[in-house]
Amino acid sequence: MVIAGGGYVGLSLALALADAVPGVRVSVVDLRPPAESAGDPRASAIAAAARRMLETLGVWAALAPHAQPIVDMVVTDSRLDDVVRPVFLTFDGRTEAGEPFAHMVPNGRMVAAIAERAVARGVTVLAPDRVVDFQVESEGVTVSLGSGAQLRTRLLVAADGVRSRLRAFAGIRTSTWSYGQSGIVTTIAHERPHDGRAEEHFLPSGPFATLPLTGNRSSLVWTERTDVADRLVRGDDLVFEVELVRRLGHHLGAVRVEGPRTAYPLGLTLARDFVKPRFALVGDAAHGIHPIAGQGLNLGFRDVAALAEVLAETLRIGGDPGALDTLETYERWRRFDTFQMAAVTDVLNRLFSNDLAPVRIARDVGLGLVDRLPRLKRYFIGEAAGSGRGLPRLLTGAPI
Amino acid sequence: MQDARTTVDPAEVERFSRMAAEWWDPKGKFKPLHKFNPVRLGYLKREVSAHFGRDARALDAFAGLRILDIGCGGGLVSEPLARLGATVVGVDPSATNVEVARLHADRAGVAVDYRAATAEDLAAAGETFDVVLALEVVEHVADVEAFLGLTARMVRPGGLMVVATINRTMKALGLAIIGAEYVLRWLPRGTHAYEKLVRPEEIEGPLQAEGLTLLDRAGVVYDPLRDLWKESRDTDVNYMVLAARPA
Repeated sequence: MVIAGGGYVGLSLALALADAVPGVRVSVVDLRPPAESAGDPRASAIAAAARRMLETLGVWAALAPHAQPIVDMVVTDSRLDDVVRPVFLTFDGRTEAGEPFAHMVPNGRMVAAIAERAVARGVTVLAPDRVVDFQVESEGVTVSLGSGAQLRTRLLVAADGVRSRLRAFAGIRTSTWSYGQSGIVTTIAHERPHDGRAEEHFLPSGPFATLPLTGNRSSLVWTERTDVADRLVRGDDLVFEVELVRRLGHHLGAVRVEGPRTAYPLGLTLARDFVKPRFALVGDAAHGIHPIAGQGLNLGFRDVAALAEVLAETLRIGGDPGALDTLETYERWRRFDTFQMAAVTDVLNRLFSNDLAPVRIARDVGLGLVDRLPRLKRYFIGEAAGSGRGLPRLLTGAPI
Repeated sequence: MQDARTTVDPAEVERFSRMAAEWWDPKGKFKPLHKFNPVRLGYLKREVSAHFGRDARALDAFAGLRILDIGCGGGLVSEPLARLGATVVGVDPSATNVEVARLHADRAGVAVDYRAATAEDLAAAGETFDVVLALEVVEHVADVEAFLGLTARMVRPGGLMVVATINRTMKALGLAIIGAEYVLRWLPRGTHAYEKLVRPEEIEGPLQAEGLTLLDRAGVVYDPLRDLWKESRDTDVNYMVLAARPA
């Protein structure tokens, strides 16, 4: 089969299939060779379930030296000028059996590690190249590449991101709305250690989060109105650092911005359908959600684990991986989870990007209650770590 | 030739021919069969791989195996087995079925040797196979014992025979005939006749008489909550018998 998009979603799907079904032929097409993304400074929070999948696929060992466990998480609800920020929610950062509920991993290293393993398993990486067209017939799909090559296969998977071109080619419509906010992403170096603690401050302009990286460094996700975010990113270094420290506080000591700072417009994009005959969407191509709970990547890995399991079961019995009834099994499995997560993050964002007193009081009471109810909190931690029920096998740490 | 066709009931052949064009539509008339297919293909993949020392996860696990699919219909079993690397001979007495199966395999680029023939024709020609399949066939033949005898003789030493059918029990009458044909309308009325259903002993006896060793008897049941068929120890309705010829 052919996978359009060589990010962590496309590559891990290719690897999972090559691992589960010896002899299967999988090609991944991307404009950028995986080795070139090795320098991507962005980092992602890998939930426990996703980490188990990477371990099962044999890539975690290569990532572990660069992974920072999140052992503690503090959530505050504050106005910018509050001197003391009340802590409403603390998480003991373990799900079960001493497993941290998330690790911070640099994206570039993750992509490179998955690609290396996939190629060793026999996956073909076609880069730089791109899918320019495809034609679905009753028993197959012909995929045309920019290089002029044509691939005849039984299934085309689009893992080409939130603005998926293939999704548009396939005529799948989306429900999209913009929050008018952008997420500023950068890496900071700080004087004092973070002790593995993640912090999320719900400021009136939106969430401001620091996530611990290896060494005295943290990844920063800072939400502002899009015009403010653009000004901050393009503006003076000194202004950026002053505004940063205003929000961050002084507990990490002196702070310095490391590497580029980029602003990503935030929106919610949900594909109306995840599959068509001989065509499937995975990851952000199916659902771009607000990063408030850090669930975009983990949702993508859940898609991968579910689709790989459905396809492997079909391929192993000589079935047709591109048949609509095969693909609908994947769609049914992922749809409810995806919409639920999109709805929850949307509500969270609307609730927290708000400075109206009644709303603040209501959510503070709500968060305080969550902290006092161990069972409810366990449920939230479990959900945040993606370890609910009905999980695909890879997410439980078992091979397909 | 006339004699060689004695185990085929002409009325049964005619009935399936009328439905042949619908074979490959997973949401059409044969939807129940498409739903049922994964569990029996899963059983075949696992048991055949285990018997011949193959990797059940692999795409080409059946490479080099010669398999006979008796009553292949539209090719719902033959084609997947060929995709797994087997050399498959699919026979069906209905020329329409064979045409439909051949057409589909050509379009899918899968090589299957489909023949409008009967098991008797192949046996008379002295053909032998590593695996002989008689799936949902014995309940439609005129003489079960004779049919099983001649098909079992085509199993090579060290080879396997798999027979799948519906048990002749009151539960089968209720679920497989009244339930599936009259209440749920999964199958056309008249697909199965109660008196033609076959008990496991009536299959195992003739196979053993031909020198095969019984390896397994597995039930298949429908799980209405998950809308899928699964293996079970309950052989009261649908079941499969696995036997091998000693090497």
